Amino acid sequence: MIVVNSYEPWSAARAAEIIAAHTGGEGPALPILHAIQAAFGYVPEAVEPMIAEALNLSRAEVHGVVTFYHDFRRKPAGRHVLKLCRAEACQSMGANTLVARAEAALGIALGGTTADGLVTLEPTYCLGLCATAPSAMLDGRVVGRLNESRLDRLVAEAQR
Amino acid sequence: MSARIFIPGDAAALAVGADDVAATFSAAAQAKGVSLDIVRNGSRGLYWLEPMVEVETAQGRIAYGPVEAEDVSALLDAMLAGEPHPLLLGPTEDIPWLKRQTRLTFARCGIVDPRSLDDYRAHGGYKGLERALALGAEATVEEVVQSGLRGRGGAGFPTGIKWRTVAGTSADQKYIVCNADEGDSGTFADRMIIEGDPFVLIEGMTISGIAVGATRGYLYIRSEYPHAVAMMEAAIRTAREAGYLGHAVAGSAFDFDMEVRVGAGAYVCGEETALLESLEGRRGVVRAKPPLPAHKGLFGKPTVINNVISLATVPIILAEGADAYRDFGMGRSRGTMPIQIAGNVKHGGLFEIAFGVTLGELVDEIGGGTASGKPVRAVQVGGPLGAYFPRALFDTPFDYEAFAGKDGLIGHGGIVVFDDTVDMAKQARFAMEFCAIESCGKCTPCRIGSTRGVETVDKIIRGDEREKNLVVLEDLCHTMKFGSLCALGGFTPYPVMSALTHFPEDFGAQAPVLAAVR
Repeated sequence: MIVVNSYEPWSAARAAEIIAAHTGGEGPALPILHAIQAAFGYVPEAVEPMIAEALNLSRAEVHGVVTFYHDFRRKPAGRHVLKLCRAEACQSMGANTLVARAEAALGIALGGTTADGLVTLEPTYCLGLCATAPSAMLDGRVVGRLNESRLDRLVAEAQR
Repeated sequence: MSARIFIPGDAAALAVGADDVAATFSAAAQAKGVSLDIVRNGSRGLYWLEPMVEVETAQGRIAYGPVEAEDVSALLDAMLAGEPHPLLLGPTEDIPWLKRQTRLTFARCGIVDPRSLDDYRAHGGYKGLERALALGAEATVEEVVQSGLRGRGGAGFPTGIKWRTVAGTSADQKYIVCNADEGDSGTFADRMIIEGDPFVLIEGMTISGIAVGATRGYLYIRSEYPHAVAMMEAAIRTAREAGYLGHAVAGSAFDFDMEVRVGAGAYVCGEETALLESLEGRRGVVRAKPPLPAHKGLFGKPTVINNVISLATVPIILAEGADAYRDFGMGRSRGTMPIQIAGNVKHGGLFEIAFGVTLGELVDEIGGGTASGKPVRAVQVGGPLGAYFPRALFDTPFDYEAFAGKDGLIGHGGIVVFDDTVDMAKQARFAMEFCAIESCGKCTPCRIGSTRGVETVDKIIRGDEREKNLVVLEDLCHTMKFGSLCALGGFTPYPVMSALTHFPEDFGAQAPVLAAVR
């Protein structure tokens, strides 16, 4: 099963709609940012003043929130996002070797995106799959008991 | 012909192919003309056996595992004929690993259909709320106090005392916040109960709301848990439709409603005040205490903030009574702890047992040693901020105070096992590196100390003025431990100093004086 990340192109009108749909609740900033990223694949800088205006915050405050959280992207990711867990339980089962293998196979370091824009490789610190380690997540699909051959298949799948 | 089988929909079971197994069962049943009712239950927590498939029989449920898609056709034939199969594990309840447990919080997990409110009620669900309503708010709080339940998130603060404080603080609005930002490596109890028995958490939060006079609840789940988020949102909708959330909960005079909020990948948001900041829409920066969240919490209002397991344990305490819960355990650690055995371990999973079991029993007997077959060298207990324990400390009983007495912590109950290939200097470096990545930046010891810590460990590893730098590292740990605002900076010294103390050979040095971090 291949899930392709497909997002809408940036549209200020659409962003305004998303913001308006969330302003009724308490503490709406994170729900808005999640919804923006779900729609566009990242949090465009152009949306920051719009959120600031809607929530009566300064633009700096919104920018601070966007940049604080690891999840929020400042630019679009690759077509597929492969996350490899490098927390302790996965380390104990050889995660660091697998991370190095994935980096070598894709020719990028953790945090990077391949030149063809197909794959973004990211670290994650625990998917809660610690008894079936090492673990990975490819576009929201969880994979456990990773070994070299399973990782190679996952990397190949991500490159399609 | 017809049959009812159970294939976990738990994320860890999915990660090892449970969806493929379910789809293959479906297709095989169709091909064989069998009417198959497939229930996607939670996990029983025997993760080395996942995907574990159970079939309902007149003699109870029979388990098979670990099942792969290619096993399915022959397995279905064997199940239907009641014939043996190489993957047969026997009656689920008789599996020794499960039989040895005392499942109170996880009583229903893996047994019920997590999407079914009827199933929840048929298995004792909402009996706790019923009793809480009969007792009244004040007596409900006292029941939780009497049970001896302590915060299962890691701090171990008595849950009932928190509730009493919020109940005694008057305000126009109070909140119940459930912390499901389970970021510690080696822990998955919150995820497992949310995916396997979500209504128990709704019931626990509802009881808490009624007890302290709060009408709104927020459940903050980390974004790394998309399956838990989906399960919880579905359960909340179901409970609301059935009148268990919203106006006049379960026909009572009380209102209570709740919603899920999703985190955004910041470990520090597991710290309660950072979580409140995040819920309010700000950077997850730690707040100085006082004021306590119980007095001024979410949006400045009195707030109960408890871990998932604490709140999910409340219904059984109310249903069975404080004494029944309090009878389990040792010393000041009462009741049971869902212990998560993970990492390089043969039999990894969730093991709920009364406090008092020793670390050695958990790792060697229950966990069965390492998955790699090599000797166990170190175990980290309590997540990335927990100490590394050598075999010499395996007689330590699982108990808040006993672990503190050995310069460790039980935290959220996670145990990560490492074999003899582990390099403890690298683990110490990682602890500092993780703290540097996740520091919220508010206090200097954590923000700067963690980065200096990485550099200092690197120097020690390189052999660059090793003796001097070991002193620097100890001094740095001392500053972080006593000068940090929260447990992130304050507890990072635990893994670092325990690695240095118990495994000095990995740092090429003599054991340093522990007194520096005491």
